[in-house]
This record gives sequence, structure tokens and C-alpha cells, in this order.
Amino acid sequence: MAVVVIKEKCKGCTKCVKSCPFTAITMEEKKAVIGGACTGCGQCVDACPFGAIEKTDDGKEAADLSAYHGVWVFAEQREGKLMQVAIELLGEGRKLAESVGCELCAVLCGSGVENLAGELFEYGADKVYYADAPELKQYTTDAYTKAIYEAITTYKPEIVLLGATHIGRDLGPCLAVKCNTGLTADCTKLEINPETKGIMQTRPAFGGNLMATIVCPNHRPQMSTVRPGVMEKAERQTGRSGELVKLSVNFAENDIRTKVLEVVKSAKEMVSLTDATVIVSGGMGLGKPEGFDLLKQLADKLGGTIASSRAAVDAGWIDHAYQVGQTGTTVKPKIYFACGISGAIQHAAGMQDSGLIVAINTNENAPIFDIADIGIVGDLYKVIPAIIEELDKLPEK
Amino acid sequence: MKILVCVKQVPDTNEVKIDPVKGTLIRDGVPSILNPDDANALEAALQLKDKDETVQVAVLTMGPPQATYMLRECLAMGADEAYLLSDRAFGGADTCATSTTIAAGIKKVTGVDVIFAGRQAIDGDTAQVGPQVAQRLGVPVVTYVQDIQMGDGKVTVQRQMEDGYEVIEVKTPCLLTCVKELNDPRYMSVGAIVDAYKKEITVWNHTDVELDPADCGLNASPTQVFRSFTPPQKGKGEMLSGTVSEMAGALVGKLVEKHLV
Repeated sequence: MAVVVIKEKCKGCTKCVKSCPFTAITMEEKKAVIGGACTGCGQCVDACPFGAIEKTDDGKEAADLSAYHGVWVFAEQREGKLMQVAIELLGEGRKLAESVGCELCAVLCGSGVENLAGELFEYGADKVYYADAPELKQYTTDAYTKAIYEAITTYKPEIVLLGATHIGRDLGPCLAVKCNTGLTADCTKLEINPETKGIMQTRPAFGGNLMATIVCPNHRPQMSTVRPGVMEKAERQTGRSGELVKLSVNFAENDIRTKVLEVVKSAKEMVSLTDATVIVSGGMGLGKPEGFDLLKQLADKLGGTIASSRAAVDAGWIDHAYQVGQTGTTVKPKIYFACGISGAIQHAAGMQDSGLIVAINTNENAPIFDIADIGIVGDLYKVIPAIIEELDKLPEK
Repeated sequence: MKILVCVKQVPDTNEVKIDPVKGTLIRDGVPSILNPDDANALEAALQLKDKDETVQVAVLTMGPPQATYMLRECLAMGADEAYLLSDRAFGGADTCATSTTIAAGIKKVTGVDVIFAGRQAIDGDTAQVGPQVAQRLGVPVVTYVQDIQMGDGKVTVQRQMEDGYEVIEVKTPCLLTCVKELNDPRYMSVGAIVDAYKKEITVWNHTDVELDPADCGLNASPTQVFRSFTPPQKGKGEMLSGTVSEMAGALVGKLVEKHLV
């Protein structure tokens, strides 16, 4: 799908030049010319008042994709425990499988973790492909890529979903190149096109300023990564079962080119922002690292956790693990308190789907108030203690 | 030893604003910058050069001719060589096609021992091109690198995880993608800026890197943008008024009403 200018219709108004997010359009002899930076996003098509810009099909012969069936979910496990995101992907994968009319499968790698297959069936997998080898006990790029690539070439899934964890974002790109297919990162919405039965993957671009829907029409499998906390978890149906398919994997001496010498867990607990029902988040408006102590009081009161904006992390006030936003964690709590956070789009991208957003900020023009459900203009060091006081007045449950 | 650093010129997405009326992107005045994670990758290479003057640092990018400004910045930070892959045929590439072009470019640079790249670029945030280039070159990759110790024929790195890190040993040649925790990138020095303009930037097109136009750019991209749109703006919520305790009371009242506390 390339974007072309119909020279006869172009009036040289330059609206398209301004509309292009990639500065790919220039004017030559008062006509728009699409340059090399064009990604085919189509913003200019909508911007042109004269219908002088078109998106064209590149007229490629459709490849034979009929051999590919089924939705696969990468069932990421660490130390024998399934990652939450795998359960979220099974929830989303089920919806996709129903729209396509195919089965939902999980692909599991590890050593002695066959028991997880039962859990995957209960969360909705019809089939579990399981690669069991000592080399797969711990994640390495090479071992996991080889095992799953071989499974993909043998069983030919049409869709493969991976969690956008530090592992999924390493494995996904390697698999996509080996399979010579496309991969769409950090999707926030997945749907099936009812006509083509292909997947439509919507993701933020430009730090969340623009949303793009991506398709992968002529290559299979269609691959996507999805951030933890974005999709709804599958419901567990106790006693549900399915078919276990064992994959045979063998590793030669040079197949795995990295060696994990040591695993170091940070002393702090793993911050579980994605599971929190209440998040009290702070930004530069706190003015000092100790501000998080006050946020923690409110969070504790509501059975929640604290979090932060990128600015507070960059200022060294709090660990990166607490960061919400485009380069941090995506969260969807029932209540999100944004305290002293201006609400840059990168932050909003990570929290705007929260149930109820409460913003507290001294600047009444802060963009956070545009996405907040309830806004309070005021000094958080006065407002938060007042909220805690009000909460204390509530009758004990 | 020669270290090749993959860099990208990106619009500073922190400066991109949405027109509140039309809901479109405002591009005017948005500066183009060296992608932040790539600056960390370059800094890591330059620190190795500081310790051992036999280390050579080359930077390589794919992009339009304007990307030479960013390459000059890299030279002014201390890089020795700069390569620009620029061709109409490379345009419209997704990550898959981009990695083909960059890998072809790296193959043409002589004597590369190790490749550094940023974890991800702020305009797309995909984190895919680094590992994909490694796959195409057939070299091992470690992503999310927050510490690098060069050894003889191998590198020991720390790979950042959500809850800590892994210490990983990998043989060279290899590709490492770097995170911002790795270091603080240096500034350009005045003398180096002057010198940067004396250095040559090598520009290659698809013939120079021996690629068929069918294998690069939009033609070779499995993924396509079906449509793009600015995210719908949520309507403005309710602003509370009154004294601090009145507002706090009203808020808690609403939370109770919605059964949230």
C-alpha cells in the first residue's frame, strides 16, 4: 500500500506537508512529492482537500496462506510459574480464535514444567505445544528462538501473540526474521477483519501521539506483542482439558551462543503495578523524593501501591520499576491518583484506561486535567492529608 | 577493535503536541535528535575508546540526507567514521525491511568486531530492529544491556530484567542493545565539532550495499499501515472546587458513591 500524489488534482496548498507525521512530503514546482520517509500511514490522504492523494494497493499476488491455522500464544514462564501476561493473551487469543473460527493454542518452553500445561488448558488453550529440554529451563534468545521457530514451521499457526516483556520483546523480533514475517510491537487492540480474516493490530506510535492500525496481509504467521496489563485475563475453568503436543528439540553445541552466568534479583520486591487496583502516582510536583512517603500513606489506606512519572524516575527519586507510561508500565487500576504529574502524552499512554483518574496539581492548565475524571487544583501536600483524614472518617467495614 | 554503533535520527516526541481543535499532530518546530538510547550505545563505545586508543568507533544509520546532521553530532562526540544508508528504495520500510538494509550496510563496513545499538527508538518504540539485524547477520544478540565488560573474544554484560538483571557471557562478534541505565552520554566538545566537519560521511545507496530494490523499503515490508489516527480525546472530567477539606470530602464522597472504597 503505497501513497501517491495525483499530480493533476494537486493544487499545491501544502496541507499534506503539515499533516505528515514523518516530514516525508516536500513541494516541488508547487506539487506535493512523497519522499523516502513515507510509511504509508495515510494521514495526508485525509488531509488533502482535493482528493489528490491516494493509497494504492501494490498489486502483489497474494501468497498462499491457506496452510496456516490457529492462534498461538507464547506461554512465558519464569522459574516454573506462568507470567500473568500469558493468561491475558489467552483471554485475547480466545476472542481472536472465535472470530477466525480456529483453535487457540499455547506454546510452552521449559524443563520439567509439564504441569503448567494443565493450567493453560484451564485458561482456555485447546492445545499446548510443549518443548521440554534442560537448555530451555532458563530463557536464552537462541534456544527459545530455535524451539519455537521449529514448532512454527511444523504446525504453521496463522497468528502468534507474545507478551511485551523483556523476554517477549527479545524473542519476537528474532522469530519474525527467521519466519520472514511481520511483527507489530506493543499492540493495544487486536481485532479480526471480517472479510480477510486477517488481524488488525492497533498500536501507539510517536510516543502515543498517533495510533496506527497495522496489517500483515501476505505473510504468515501474523505476529504481535502485547504489553502486560493491557488485555483482560482469561477466566479459569477448573477441570477444562486439552491436547498436549510434545515438541522434539535438540541442541547442537553451537546453537546457544550466550551463557547466563548469574541471575541477580533486585533486593526490592518486584513491583506489581499491573495487578494493583489502586495506584497513587507522583511526579515532579512532589518536589522531593520524600513526597512518595505521603503517597504511600494514601496508597496503604486504600490497599494500593505507589507509582511515578518518568520525570520523577529521571530525577532519581524512585526506581524505574515504579514508572508508568510509554517507556514504563501500562496500568489499568480501578483508581489512579496522579499527584503533581503534568500528564505528558507518554505518561497518559500508560494509564489513561484506568477506571477512575483523580488528578491533583497546582497548575490548573496541566494536561492531566484533560484526561482526569476528577480534578483538584491545589497543593498535594495539603490535599492528600485532607483526603486521608476524610477516609479515616468513613465507618469501618 | 572496531565497534559499530547503529543510530537513528528521530523527532523529539516529547516536543510533539496535538492541535486541540483539529486533533492533528503539530510538527512545526519539533527538533530532530539523536535517539536517546542510541546516545547511550555510542557513549558505551566511546568509553571503550577512551580506555584503549586502538578502539575505532563507526556510526551507521539509515535515513534521508538530513540524517547527516545527526551523524556529524556523533562524530563531534568522538566517533571516527560515519555511514549513511540513504536511497528512495529504502523508504517506507517496516522493522523487518529496515533490518535487511542495515545488516547489508554493516557487512560493507570493514573490520567490525562488535555492534552496539539502542534498545528502541522513541518514534516507534518497537525495540525490534536491533535483534533483527543480529539475526540477519547471524551473530548472537543480547538486548536491554545495562553494563558491558569487554573481554578477549567475548563480552560479559548485564541484561536488565523486570525484577533485576542477568549476567550473560557472549562471544564476539555480537550485537548488544543498550538501555539508558548504561551510562550518561557526553556532550560534543567545541574542538570536536570543528573536526567533525573535516571528517567524511560515507553515503551508500542500494547498489552500494548490494541490495535489490525488491528486498528493501516498502516492497519488502510484511507489515503495512492500514490506517492511522490521533487517539480520541476523552472529555474533560469534573473539576472540584471549594476549600481543601471540602474538595477532599467531595472526592471521598464520590469514591464511596462509586463503591470504590
